[in-house]
Amino acid sequence: MPDQAQLLPGTLDLLILKAVSLGPLHGYGVLLRIAQITGSALLIEQGALYPALFRLVRQGLLKASWGVSENNRRAKFYELTAAGRKRFREETEGWNRVAAAMASALGATAEQI
Amino acid sequence: MNPMAFLRSLTSRAKHRDGSAGEIDEELRSHIAHRADDLVRGGMDRARAERQARVEFGGLEHYKEESHQAFSGSLFDGVAGDVVFAIRVLRKSPGFVVSAVFALALAIGANAVVFGVLDALVFQTIKVPNAKNLYGTQFGIDMEFQSYPSFLDLRQRNHSFEDLAAFNMMIGTAIDTGRDPRAANGYSTTGNYFAVLNQQPYLGRFYTESEVHGEGSAPYVVLAYNYWHTRFQDDRNVIGRTVLVDRHPFTVLGVSAPEFAGTLMFVAPDFFVPVVEQETLGGNPITDRSNTATLFETFGHLKPGVTAQMAEADANRIAAELAKAYPKEFPGKRVTISRTGLTAFSGPVRGFMAALMALAGMILLAACANLGGLFSAHTSSRAKEVALRLALGSTRRRILRQLMIEAMLLALLGGTLGVLGGMPLLQKLSTWHPFAGAPLHIPVTVDARIYGVALVLALASGLLFSIVPVRLVMQANPYQVVKAGTTGNVGRRVTVREVLLVAQIAICAMLVTASLVAVRALERSVTASFGFEPRNIMLAGCNLATGGYKSEQFLEFNRSAINALQQIPGVEAVGSVDNFPPLVYTAAFRENVFTEQTHDLALSHVAISPFRYNISPGYLKAAGTTLLAGRDFTWHDDKVSPVPALANRQFAVRMFGSINGALGRHFRLSDGTLTGIVGVIEDGKYLSLTEDQEPAIMMPSMLYKVPQSYFVVRSSRDPEQLQADIRAKIRKLDAGLPVDIQSWNQMLEVVQFPAKVATMALGSLGMMGAMLSITGIFGMAAYSVSMRLKELGIRMALGARRIEVLESALGRAVRLLAVGSAAGLLLGLLAGRMLAFIVYQATPYDPLVLSGAVLAMALLGLVATWIPAQRALAVNPLILLREE
Repeated sequence: MPDQAQLLPGTLDLLILKAVSLGPLHGYGVLLRIAQITGSALLIEQGALYPALFRLVRQGLLKASWGVSENNRRAKFYELTAAGRKRFREETEGWNRVAAAMASALGATAEQI
Repeated sequence: MNPMAFLRSLTSRAKHRDGSAGEIDEELRSHIAHRADDLVRGGMDRARAERQARVEFGGLEHYKEESHQAFSGSLFDGVAGDVVFAIRVLRKSPGFVVSAVFALALAIGANAVVFGVLDALVFQTIKVPNAKNLYGTQFGIDMEFQSYPSFLDLRQRNHSFEDLAAFNMMIGTAIDTGRDPRAANGYSTTGNYFAVLNQQPYLGRFYTESEVHGEGSAPYVVLAYNYWHTRFQDDRNVIGRTVLVDRHPFTVLGVSAPEFAGTLMFVAPDFFVPVVEQETLGGNPITDRSNTATLFETFGHLKPGVTAQMAEADANRIAAELAKAYPKEFPGKRVTISRTGLTAFSGPVRGFMAALMALAGMILLAACANLGGLFSAHTSSRAKEVALRLALGSTRRRILRQLMIEAMLLALLGGTLGVLGGMPLLQKLSTWHPFAGAPLHIPVTVDARIYGVALVLALASGLLFSIVPVRLVMQANPYQVVKAGTTGNVGRRVTVREVLLVAQIAICAMLVTASLVAVRALERSVTASFGFEPRNIMLAGCNLATGGYKSEQFLEFNRSAINALQQIPGVEAVGSVDNFPPLVYTAAFRENVFTEQTHDLALSHVAISPFRYNISPGYLKAAGTTLLAGRDFTWHDDKVSPVPALANRQFAVRMFGSINGALGRHFRLSDGTLTGIVGVIEDGKYLSLTEDQEPAIMMPSMLYKVPQSYFVVRSSRDPEQLQADIRAKIRKLDAGLPVDIQSWNQMLEVVQFPAKVATMALGSLGMMGAMLSITGIFGMAAYSVSMRLKELGIRMALGARRIEVLESALGRAVRLLAVGSAAGLLLGLLAGRMLAFIVYQATPYDPLVLSGAVLAMALLGLVATWIPAQRALAVNPLILLREE
């Protein structure tokens, strides 16, 4: 397993929204999708996913429905609601701004000042 | 607590109910199974893969719990937890709970009942379409448009009403279906009555304006649904049949709708007849403009855009015109317009109900003060627990929320019990008929509004009394309390709790005083001098018009009836009075009297308007009215000139200065007849018990041909036998004449009704007040004794005398009681003055009332402090000192 970074606080929700925005997923699928798109660079404890999922459902950003998985098992599938899509866009923009600012701050050299 | 968050958590909880524990469990297991599937695909055997997946997942129980919270939000579970905790806490102090719930149940029950009646009488309108817009002239003695010709003028000339209808009450009319005549109460109405009210018949049809052409033209009767139901047993074939109404054949046209109960809030009629038949049935003639007893009330819907004020101004304009055109017949006072249903009663009824509601509100306030005190004592005895929770990191907010929930639980419990107790009472009230003879009822309907009010009151009082211990919690210092233990604040300064107790005792003392005032007044009104002696008098009323007599025959019948009744063994005296005797059916007539010198008999020259009665010789003796000077009438007074009259003391003094000065003096009646006073009688009550002393005159009945009269029979014999004998004698004279026989005291019940109701209501509120103050003082005294047991023990050990121990244990409670009672007594004296409007001679400045109230409060104090005092005296210093 490669070196994994600790998750920054608040990023798990955004990652979940991103994962689900690519298509409806069940809980384990969300985990796999995050590992896939982050290149397994981030450490997420599997159980910690669920409180976050339920919180997002309660906030009305995700909606959940029971279905049958590719393994032919009963599983609950999550997809974005309209509010979820909107939140995802806002959070992405916010994140990009912060990331750009951080990158430019950390990339600053003595000459540039 | 953020109420929105709380609500949201409630709804999300409800929405995701299926998504709670079981579903979360399934989902997490599904996750582990999928992971295990992957591991198996990687070459692991199933058992190992499952174990591995479980390990990777992390703390299953922990995440389950966290998921659960994420699912439903934490607030609800917090509140639910608090509720459970509150129930647990309350169960630990059953004494506190019982007294708190009892006090609240009492107070909220009382408020719900009073509100129910208030709602029925004041807020509700009569049950007809668009009743809110239905206004009419107020009933009253000598009001303007209560005569039929004046009503017609008002109807024609006004610009305010869509249309005007009118009605009058008919009491004790005999309805005979062929077998047995029985008395019923109805309305005589104008032809357009049902049309103006937008009523549809339940059966058959109503009479209409076009069928009513003048006196005696429309012998039709419409039955009220309830009467049809009970008297005719829902017989649909009754339509078109002929019944005898006071011996006159009337055709039954129809039955009114079940929900329609006439146009007076608390007089539901049995039947309706056209007003043109009123005189046939022995009522007042509709052609006489000066007879303001022809109609009870006129009413109609206001035109769009017309307000009651505008309608009133309009009616007053017409009244002024009529007063100019008919100076002798039209009174020309001010007209008032009010919403149909309560009419002239609305003032007193509203006043009384408002006062009652205010008193009930005070009971609730007293109960809240009581509970606030109890609750704060309850809380401060838990000071250690509060301190411990604070020390362990609980927030004050959280503790307050906990207290609030306890308070709410108590309030809701009390409210529920109160409503459960109050509703049957209201149900009973709604079917209650105060008098056999009069068609009175209180149209209470138990509906959601009453429950709503009770709920709001319960919640509000819960909030109110939970505020009291807030300061206690906010100021609690965990360090101090944990260090020093609960010492309680035995300081000398006045605490909130004591102020509350004083307030509560003051309110209760006020209620006790007010109820004593009412009881005394009722007692006085029963034993008062009415100007006659109603005990041992039987009244027998006949209406000769209903018997088909001609006016020349009235006198003959009267004389022979009086003679016949005198033959009954045991009868001491018999007389008769035309229309109604004093204080019966609140019906009395006034006469406009002019001085001897006045020849222009315009209403503006009226000297005095006494009540007028036509009496036969012997009436004074039979009624027990004392003759102060001069002589009684004789049967020869019809030939005396000028016409002889008797005056009461008030009339004699007001008109002529003194009793003896009035003898032999002359005055003129409204028609100009010269009249001479031959005797002066004692003052009395005529229309109501609360009236100021009114002037009255009595004229010899032989001179006037009035069809309706009451025979006054004095005898100390058994009332039932006497009634039977009277009936037999009248039947011998005329077998078919309906007779209304009741004792005078029975008839007085109607005028005593307001005072009785007031006394009943105030008496029960006073009892509640007394009970509340007992629990309040008891709580306070018991608390103060229990807080100071140690101190008392030490004092006892040091040799204090019993009286000193008592003084230090209960002195403060007793002083508070004294202060509160004094304040309450003063308030009660003020409140008592207001009672004078309803109750006969209600005066709080009555040594009996004052000493009664003081004695009552002292007794309450004694009862309430008895147990705490015993406990204080039973202190065993040794045991106490060993305990801590």
